[in-house]
Amino acid sequence: MISEKLLREGVADESDLKEVIPPDWALEKGPVAVAECFQEIPCNPCSTYCNRGAIVFENINDRPIIDYEKCNGCTLCVSKCPGLAIFIIDKNFSEDEATVMLPYEFLPLPKKGDVVTTLDRYGRPVGKGKVIRVQNTRYNDKTPLISVTVPKDMAMVVRNIRVEV
Amino acid sequence: MIKTDVAIIGGGPAGLSAAIAAADMGAHVTLVDRNQELGGQLLKQTHMFFGSREEYASTRGFDIANILKEELKKRNVDVLLNTTVVGYYKDDGVWGMEHGEDKFVKLKAKKTVVATGAMERHLLFPNNDLPGIYGAGAVQTLMNQYGVVPGKRVLMVGAGNIGLIVSYQLLQAGVEVAAIIDAAPTIGGYLVHASKVRRQGVPIMTSYTVKKAYGNGVLEGATIVKVDNRFQPIPGTEMDMDIDTMCIAVGLNPLVELLWQAGCEMRYIPQLGGHVPVKDENYETTVEGIYVAGDAAEIEEATSAMVEGRIAGLNAAYTMGFDNGHYCDEREKAIKRLQDLRSGPVGVKISNGLLKLAEEAV
Repeated sequence: MISEKLLREGVADESDLKEVIPPDWALEKGPVAVAECFQEIPCNPCSTYCNRGAIVFENINDRPIIDYEKCNGCTLCVSKCPGLAIFIIDKNFSEDEATVMLPYEFLPLPKKGDVVTTLDRYGRPVGKGKVIRVQNTRYNDKTPLISVTVPKDMAMVVRNIRVEV
Repeated sequence: MIKTDVAIIGGGPAGLSAAIAAADMGAHVTLVDRNQELGGQLLKQTHMFFGSREEYASTRGFDIANILKEELKKRNVDVLLNTTVVGYYKDDGVWGMEHGEDKFVKLKAKKTVVATGAMERHLLFPNNDLPGIYGAGAVQTLMNQYGVVPGKRVLMVGAGNIGLIVSYQLLQAGVEVAAIIDAAPTIGGYLVHASKVRRQGVPIMTSYTVKKAYGNGVLEGATIVKVDNRFQPIPGTEMDMDIDTMCIAVGLNPLVELLWQAGCEMRYIPQLGGHVPVKDENYETTVEGIYVAGDAAEIEEATSAMVEGRIAGLNAAYTMGFDNGHYCDEREKAIKRLQDLRSGPVGVKISNGLLKLAEEAV
């Protein structure tokens, strides 16, 4: 069931997120993907591009259900998701920080080491984060991936960044 | 007079796919398009496509146009650009075409695939003709093909896929999007597109419509109003928006004038976007030898338009006796793909529309 909030405002609420938040054991073992894709639409690249068989579709309208035994947060699916709905969470970046890797199709791109404003699903500023990686290869095909540090408890809140110019 | 086996009218995703499929079967194909360049709406689509690998999922629209054009070049297809098909002489099956500004050309084809696409709907409200009020397609063309931004602060009217995608592209171009409104109670487009613009800080306001636009010679603002579940404005809920651009993305109508003129049986099916031709499972209309594919057949996604084009192209060639030995396979595969694409909840509207069309055709 898709929440009213998501259907009316485009923002996933807790009931939607409950279905996609990785279990604690998966977050403990290392970086993993979170697919915030709540609607059955005819689309399957996340499954096609996954080398480890962590996302299996029977019908093209299936939703991506990630097998966390297999997902190792490799990032291959992130820039291939036409909905830009996949994020990589690394809960163990440091003692008190996690990282969120997100697709970011805006200019200017941040550089490694930059401090950026982190935003939630409404686009509201929720803090500052340090860019630890910018992945912008030919494979990414104009959908660069930005990895940014966040406090551990913000790993499921931060979903965008703003680059101050 | 130009003579050909299969004429394809329209060089968008459906027409290009039809041309490739018909040429593969061995037919001589002539593809006609009114623009200077093939690709149709794909040329301005900078977002990645949904679907599966067969429909170039995760590839951007303009890149898909290039892939299809490359495929076309490998085949024996005559292309007539800058050529608008303006009429059909029913008695002798000849298409009349305007080439450029002043040349009239006739085209006689044994079979024709009409892949003319769609046109945008507009919305009725006072001052809806003020400069600064655009169709979403025009904004996309201006920005993504010509590199021109339409204004500084935009109100997007329509939260379907086009409204959501164009809003995102406006943000990418550095234009502020004040809000996306839609009279429907829920977002019509894919929710992943909605979340993408929402996390850029753009409010999506469902159950809102435009009451009026205002401005001295150009658009300076608009009043929006909340609507009830019967789409009636609720007094006292008006809000003024300070904007210099309004972008209308309230849906499309199939572009079917040529099919009317050719005498194809038509039905009014709201789920399919308006008047659409009656067609069989090979995408042949009720006029023998005239096929239809893409948005001209029903308003849907470019992914399904490409598959429909394939089906129409294959059959147009096959019925003349052309077959490279793979016709049956290819046809079956394409029909299965189309069924898969439409098998989920977002395909229900189209499937119901097609069912209604089939019922009303009898």
